Amino acid sequence: MKEYISKYFTLRKHNAQVAWKKAKKAKMCYAFLAPYAILFTMFYVFPVVASIYFSFTYYNILESPRFLGLQNYINLILQDDIFLTSIKNTFMIAIITGPLGYIMSFLFAWLINELPRWVRSVAVIVFYAPSIAGNCYVIFSVFFRGDAYGYVNAFLMNMGIIDKPVLWLINPDYMLPICMLVILWMSLGTGFLSFVAGLQGVDRSQFEAGYMDGVKNRWQELWFITLPNMKPMLMFGAVMSITQAFGVCDVTMALCGYPSTDYAARTIVTHLFDYGFSRFEMGYACAIATLLFLIMILCNKAIQSLLRRVGT
Amino acid sequence: MSKKKKETVEKAYKKKLIKRRKPNRSIIGDIALYIFLLMVAFVMAFPIIYAVNSALKPLDELFKFPPTIFAQHPTMDNFSDLFVTMGKSWVTFSRYLFNTVFITGVGTFGHLIIASMGAFVLAKYEFPGNQSFFKLVTVAMMFTGYVTQIPNYLILNKLGWIDTYWAIIVPAFASPMGLFLMKQFMEGLPTSLIEAAKIDGANEWMVFSKIVMPNVKPAWMTLIIFSVQALWNNKASTYIYSEERKTLVYALQQIQAGGIARTGQGAAVLVVVMIVPILIFVFSESQILETMASSGLKD
Repeated sequence: MKEYISKYFTLRKHNAQVAWKKAKKAKMCYAFLAPYAILFTMFYVFPVVASIYFSFTYYNILESPRFLGLQNYINLILQDDIFLTSIKNTFMIAIITGPLGYIMSFLFAWLINELPRWVRSVAVIVFYAPSIAGNCYVIFSVFFRGDAYGYVNAFLMNMGIIDKPVLWLINPDYMLPICMLVILWMSLGTGFLSFVAGLQGVDRSQFEAGYMDGVKNRWQELWFITLPNMKPMLMFGAVMSITQAFGVCDVTMALCGYPSTDYAARTIVTHLFDYGFSRFEMGYACAIATLLFLIMILCNKAIQSLLRRVGT
Repeated sequence: MSKKKKETVEKAYKKKLIKRRKPNRSIIGDIALYIFLLMVAFVMAFPIIYAVNSALKPLDELFKFPPTIFAQHPTMDNFSDLFVTMGKSWVTFSRYLFNTVFITGVGTFGHLIIASMGAFVLAKYEFPGNQSFFKLVTVAMMFTGYVTQIPNYLILNKLGWIDTYWAIIVPAFASPMGLFLMKQFMEGLPTSLIEAAKIDGANEWMVFSKIVMPNVKPAWMTLIIFSVQALWNNKASTYIYSEERKTLVYALQQIQAGGIARTGQGAAVLVVVMIVPILIFVFSESQILETMASSGLKD
């Protein structure tokens, strides 16, 4: 046993020495990477670590952080009803818009792929535009205005479906579905682009081989030829849509207000903003951020292991 | 006899294959597909078309009920109003515009250079820490920027950058998405290109700036569009509190908070905010798609 351990350590030492020698030779590489690496560490790696550290403390910027242990997390889960609402809302939004947006992205990318070249490039612009159109989603607050002059209300009243205007963005029953609708409208984003590009890169000869082997319709073609070829893009698209689905806050804040009626449209991120930048309870806000971070990473890992099985 | 028949059948099949690229498609399916796509495209485009048209509507048309989708007498009044009415306010509209343009321009330029430099060595050289650093970058794409916002605030505060443009610009340099896409794209460059340049006596910086960068122009556009999209839409209200350094999106929110009297101007700002990323995308679509083809995440 002892021998084994000492052997292990000599091996490790040797490896480290080799790496060190290689690193010395590759000074130029580090010089090129340094500007990015420093900034990346400063604004992405370090903040995550700091956020985990602060989540165990009481910190309000003015006083130095005071260690609390797990108290923030206990308060979050056992006492903060609004946080539970926000978790529920975020998960509702993520579970519905995440997979649906992902499937929509792939479906439309795949359907567009059939079109002639110039139609396809117009279609890509039309479908992709909502997600880069910035704050264009605020236009939905005009459509869903609560009085009889809101377009949706007016339309439904003229059709005789409702007899008095519905307060779409103030009534808690309707807030989340409307937000989901808007998020879905914007969900053909980076993943969609990746799918469009990936589909164009699938080897033609594979399809021809497929026809010979008796692939009957487009659905069989999709499952047996296209999907297995698209695996790396599918992974990338999944990362993008999960990140987006759990980070929802702009849309709910713009449409339903901040804070929204009864906190019915509060998400984890809005809760984080509330504690971090309105109440300055940084420790508590960091606990929220850490939980959100863990949820996102775990979800990503789970989906990735699921996607590895596609088409096999 | 039967052999001959078989051959003719095969020949006919091959002919058909050449005629129509995909023989396993039904015509009805194609028509249904076109109709379906048209409907969806209409739904997707409607809010944007509506927004652009309301920015072009004169005041009396804006409040017409039932509303018209297309402006009957399109004017540019709303846009000129932005400069005229807001020209008298304490912080003029052109100032907001300048702030956003400055932040977007500098942030995107720096991001392009710094991320490309990193991506170049990650893609083309072997050195200890190469793989693990890239893994770390991909992990960073898996969570939103909101997670790191509070520690970021503290760091920027320590640096003394709160309430300056740098609070928005410098963190944008390190966006993981740009490095990821650039690195994936650069891996497609032939290594022999770099080796040939080295034999001719070029040093690493020359190789990077003279050989690699001109060859990855499609990836530039992709980095630019993602960076512009993030920075142009940046509200920046947490890091910047001086009115004269605030951004266009913030101005948009204020104008919209101004209520019914500002409806026309609100619509005009909305168009200004959304048109820039869309235009960049329209003009660089083919290059962006070329880059995205190598965007896949391999394990």
